[in-house]
Amino acid sequence: MAIGLHDSPFKNPVIRWIDRRLPIFTMMQKEYGTFPTPRNFNYFWNFGALAMVNLAIMIATGIVLAMHYTPHVDHAFDSVERIMRDVNYGWLIRYMHMNGASMFFIVVYVHIWRGMYYGSYKEPRELLWILGVVIFILMMATAFMGYVLPWGQMSFWGATVITNLFSAIPFVGDSIVTWLWGGFSVDNPTLARFFSLHYLLPFVIVGVVFLHVAALHITGSNNPLGIEPKGPQDTLPFHPYYTIKDSVGLVVYAIVFAALVFFAPNFLGHPDNYIPANPLVTPAHIVPEWYFLAFYAILRAVPDKLGGVVLMFGAIAVLFVLPWLDRSPVRSMRFRPIAKWAFLLWTVNFVVLTYAGSQPAEGVWVTVARIATAYYFAYFLVILPLLARLERPLPLPESISSAVLRGGGPLPAGAAAKPMEKA
Amino acid sequence: MIRTLSAAALALGLLFAAPAARAAGEYDVPPPANLSFQGIFGTFDRPAAQRGLQVYRQVCANCHGLRLVAFRNLRALGLTEAQVAAIAAEYQIADGPNDEGQMFQRPGRASDRFPSPFPNERAARAANNGAYPPDLSVMTKARHYGANYIRALLTGYQDPPPGVEVAEGMHYNRYFPGRQIAMANVLFDDMMEFADGTRATAEQMASDVTTFLAWAAEPEMEQRRQMGVRVILFLLILGGLTYAVKRRVWADVKH
Ligand code: HEC
Ligand code: HEM
Repeated sequence: MAIGLHDSPFKNPVIRWIDRRLPIFTMMQKEYGTFPTPRNFNYFWNFGALAMVNLAIMIATGIVLAMHYTPHVDHAFDSVERIMRDVNYGWLIRYMHMNGASMFFIVVYVHIWRGMYYGSYKEPRELLWILGVVIFILMMATAFMGYVLPWGQMSFWGATVITNLFSAIPFVGDSIVTWLWGGFSVDNPTLARFFSLHYLLPFVIVGVVFLHVAALHITGSNNPLGIEPKGPQDTLPFHPYYTIKDSVGLVVYAIVFAALVFFAPNFLGHPDNYIPANPLVTPAHIVPEWYFLAFYAILRAVPDKLGGVVLMFGAIAVLFVLPWLDRSPVRSMRFRPIAKWAFLLWTVNFVVLTYAGSQPAEGVWVTVARIATAYYFAYFLVILPLLARLERPLPLPESISSAVLRGGGPLPAGAAAKPMEKA
Repeated sequence: MIRTLSAAALALGLLFAAPAARAAGEYDVPPPANLSFQGIFGTFDRPAAQRGLQVYRQVCANCHGLRLVAFRNLRALGLTEAQVAAIAAEYQIADGPNDEGQMFQRPGRASDRFPSPFPNERAARAANNGAYPPDLSVMTKARHYGANYIRALLTGYQDPPPGVEVAEGMHYNRYFPGRQIAMANVLFDDMMEFADGTRATAEQMASDVTTFLAWAAEPEMEQRRQMGVRVILFLLILGGLTYAVKRRVWADVKH
């Protein structure tokens, strides 16, 4: 490209002046205006946009909380309660942040589920998928450290149990734990560094989200049929079609969020976290936040500590290689009669794991957690690789438009989008 | 440090080998208290909360703090400024240092918070047979079953069933996890008189102090619910409009 001012299509003199020097308006127009988007999205395609909004909410409410919060073991608990009582609308900010974390995980779990059901992780979107898994891990780290900040009993004991997992690493484990704690127990240095990192990581997430979206705009979106758009008849410009459809989803999301914040703000939390942290009193039953329970169940399913830790981290790590475990060329489960049911069972299995994680690790729940853990891994490591060879997929439709319009149809007025370059 | 480390080890032990963890915590599920603020649009019954304040001040405050609640907050229960000032003035608050560098005691002001009965946890345990009466500021948020549990606990004292040995200094209470609690029954019929003429039965006092404590734990509850109704109504209308626009935009597209 030649050096010189950008050839801006905009007429407004101010916008044009900026756009010729820094073509961000052209870029926005290309990526969010005319961006050719498969015409057959269902509402599962709302969840990426919802996650983005949710991240913005977390950062906005978090920054206000940080203005009033005190990261010190003697003051943290009371400072959070002062936010609730003495800061104007502090209760609203705090409950939005607290329930916002739960909403974030609900949204991201659905988003991941969507990717798994419609095969969005497959060629050419592997890197896009991997960046998503990175975001998921960063989110878990952020939420874990955020949960420590109010310094309640579950904050303290959750932090103790989870950081202690690293002591399972042979030889250097104990040193690593001491290093993580900044001392010989979870104490003030731990709280201070968790606060610092809890403030930092969301911005790292923003960075990775940017890469995630950049990669998306190279490959284009997948869609419920899992076949690539072949021309303008298969796509619609992102605006107004998907801006308005995302808006519908956003309002529904906001209603669920508001119901939690205003009517059941502590429903998803644990009452013990309203007891100030006490290193001398162990809660009868230490449980993490609900969104970690499935992984917690995997951790506890193994009688050996190191084994449990390896499996728990493995449960997340396996997602990284999913694109290479599932070699079936068919993306969407709609056309995979066996994989579809294996995956739906995997979904139920995940819920079972979550429930098992909330129960004391004894009796029947140990057995349930073990069976469910086995299926969790079997799906990835055995079932998908085998099905890629054995399963006979249903015939794929000719194109998105032929499936949608059943034999083609006229292009809607104003809906003409540029053809996908690669299609 | 060693203690914390061993506590950590204990936590891990609980994690991996935990069979006994729950056995220690047998209890009866508390029945619904049916108090004014329960139910999603409930509000605090002001006279009940005021009576509860009296119960707290006359009974519970001997052992339990309420350190997050300021006297000025009591205005929300319908007390006048003068009443709040009078209540605050009954307490002595540590302040200072003064110009001579000395700490001193002065009568409370509306802006002060309820002083705790004991200077620290050790002192509290020393005065209570080794048991610690927890601060009640967020108590209804800090227990499973919330307000139902608090009310049931206060009226849940009874003679132990035959064959059950109650430990020295403990009391049988079917709603407390483990059914043995270090706090004795403290509410007895007609132990106080309410200015509004309500009869102070143990049940009545338990319900009233629970209402008061629920308010203390969630003073924002009424405002929160009112705002919630408005926000959700707004969102429902917005959702309807957005959906209508979406239908219009997509009207000419087969999908
Ligand atoms: C004589 C001192 C004393 C008085 C008066 C007293 N308590 Fe207690 N309370 C205690 C002690 C000690 C404990 C700790 C019990 C234990 O851990 O076994 C306790 C514990 C509690 C608990 C926590 C139970 C739990 O689940 O851990 C609540 C709630 C409670 N008291 C409420 C009240 C209320 C309400 C009043 C007033 C009506 C009151 N107490 C009056 C001494 C007292
Ligand atoms: C990825 C986004 C984020 C997630 C998932 C997240 C998650 C959490 C969670 C689960 C809590 C505990 C809530 C509770 O139980 O009280 C918390 C607390 C907190 N967070 Fe965040 N957070 C995020 C972003 C931020 C940001 C960007 C900031 C600051 C700039 C921030 C500041 C705080 C503060 C000060 C607290 C303590 C107050 C409290 O506990 O309510 N958070 N966070």
